[in-house]
Amino acid sequence: MSITREDVVHVARLARLELSEDEIEQFAVQLSDIIDHAARIQALDTEGVEPTAHPLPLSNILRDDEPGSTLDREVFLSQAPACEDGYVKVPRILDDSAGGPGGGT
Amino acid sequence: MTSETALEIARSVRSGDRSAVDVVTEALARIEAGDRDVAAFLRTTPARSLEAARRIDSLVSGGGDPGPLAGVPVAVKDVLCTEGVETTCGSKILAGWEPPYTATAVTRLEAAGAVVVGKTNMDEFAMGSSTENSAFGPTRNPHDLERVPGGSSGGSAAAVAAGFVPVALGSDTGGSIRQPASLCGIVGMKPTYGRVSRYGLVAFASSLDQIGPMTLDVADAAAVYTAIAGHDPLDATSIPDVSPDVKGDLHDDVEGLTFGVIRELSEGDAFDPAVLEAFRRTLAAIEGAGGRVVEVSLPSAEHALSAYYLIAPAEASSNLARFDGMRYGLRIEGDSAEETNRRTREAGFGDEVKRRIMLGTYALSAGYYDAYYAKAQRVRTLVIRDFVDAYSEADVLCSPTSPTVAFGLGERLDNPLAMYQSDLCTIPTNLAGHPAISVWCGDDASGLPIGFQVLAPELEEARLFRAAAGVEALVGFKEPACPGVLPGEGA
Repeated sequence: MSITREDVVHVARLARLELSEDEIEQFAVQLSDIIDHAARIQALDTEGVEPTAHPLPLSNILRDDEPGSTLDREVFLSQAPACEDGYVKVPRILDDSAGGPGGGT
Repeated sequence: MTSETALEIARSVRSGDRSAVDVVTEALARIEAGDRDVAAFLRTTPARSLEAARRIDSLVSGGGDPGPLAGVPVAVKDVLCTEGVETTCGSKILAGWEPPYTATAVTRLEAAGAVVVGKTNMDEFAMGSSTENSAFGPTRNPHDLERVPGGSSGGSAAAVAAGFVPVALGSDTGGSIRQPASLCGIVGMKPTYGRVSRYGLVAFASSLDQIGPMTLDVADAAAVYTAIAGHDPLDATSIPDVSPDVKGDLHDDVEGLTFGVIRELSEGDAFDPAVLEAFRRTLAAIEGAGGRVVEVSLPSAEHALSAYYLIAPAEASSNLARFDGMRYGLRIEGDSAEETNRRTREAGFGDEVKRRIMLGTYALSAGYYDAYYAKAQRVRTLVIRDFVDAYSEADVLCSPTSPTVAFGLGERLDNPLAMYQSDLCTIPTNLAGHPAISVWCGDDASGLPIGFQVLAPELEEARLFRAAAGVEALVGFKEPACPGVLPGEGA
């Protein structure tokens, strides 16, 4: 099996997913199957082949820097899980010892 | 009951023979009667729809131009933003979310006179091939309620195949318009990447996603495509050239056209014998009508599926990072911001979405990037080169759209790899960014529809529609299933 239980736990942490024990077991098996299948492309010779990130030959789309209208702040806030005083309210990001905005002084 | 096409409806509304209000009222009544069985719609919007229909009618009575799709009821996949109308992407994480703006494709369809009647069910965030990955329950195939409609645009396909509406919008990242169109016996078209603005399309894999029409026939698909295509400054990946009107190019014949049969996508164990039989019968009909049929090869096609299932999840894992429980959608509070992220995403995402986020995060993570993601991007280049070679021998390419007919509900749910095989024939086009279309080409012995896929080089939509209309003229189109209609009520 190419993907271990430890790999799943590590990747879940990177992806900000809190997986249950059952999910960890299941994903170790399923992701191994998928990755083993996908790994067949490694047999292909791609020496000197440029990667394609995007099918269009477009780059650096520019426009004049003219102010336009924006969407209404109240409309955005109406969709936020929590807000206060015209701002989206989010959990504390810095702990007390880190100082900075929101850090206790 | 009606199997009227969009263009027939628009003609009668524009001439004042029928009111848009009547047309829309009838569509809503058909949905009310039949959608309990099919579950194509997540929600309908009767008040808004009738208000829009009234505006069309007053334009007509005032002598104004109500647009080429006047009064045509349309369904919109729930991955497209509609201002003030809940848009969920089939996910619990967006339940209740009302977007502050409308997707350009929807705005353009409305500007052409079409009336949105509701939002359709889909695999969560467009990840799936059966519409069983919706957090709100599966949609059923109108031609056999025990089978899937395909996916991810299964709700849109079923809404058209059931005869509820003649037109729906879908999105296609690896076949999500064409595969359900095939399984439901309708027409589904994916434009060249960049032809239709992605503004307001909730992103799955940004280098692959494209919005397109799902309709009863090819002429309707061309009309809807013409309405929604064209440059949009709100999408930086929108092609700047003028998008030509393709409606005039439909000649309903295949004479003089060379169809290249893609060998790697039209033989092998993955294919139902009935699918190959219908495909070959259609090729014979093309030859009989003066078209040329040659065999072409896409040697890297067998690796396209693998490359896709590395590239698409990688892009998805990045795109779906925005669902963090902070600015919109679900939030499950934790002791820290990170724990809030984790709890929200654990509760809000379904199995397949988590699987693809994990897969994509793994493929992009330190130590694996070159072996998986970078390698897949090089394989993508090989696929594009193969297409260039193939188009030197043929005007259009073709294959079955899906290796199988509609499969049973639940049949492939526990086996992600088997589910992924559903997209075998559709994925190479997405990697290349080219346009492609699925048209019905017959049924198997139990009456389940089979799709014929036509592919064209980039920006050659006119050629694509011409070839598809030619095939349709030889085969005909499948009548909608019309569930919910009492015997004797059908016209």
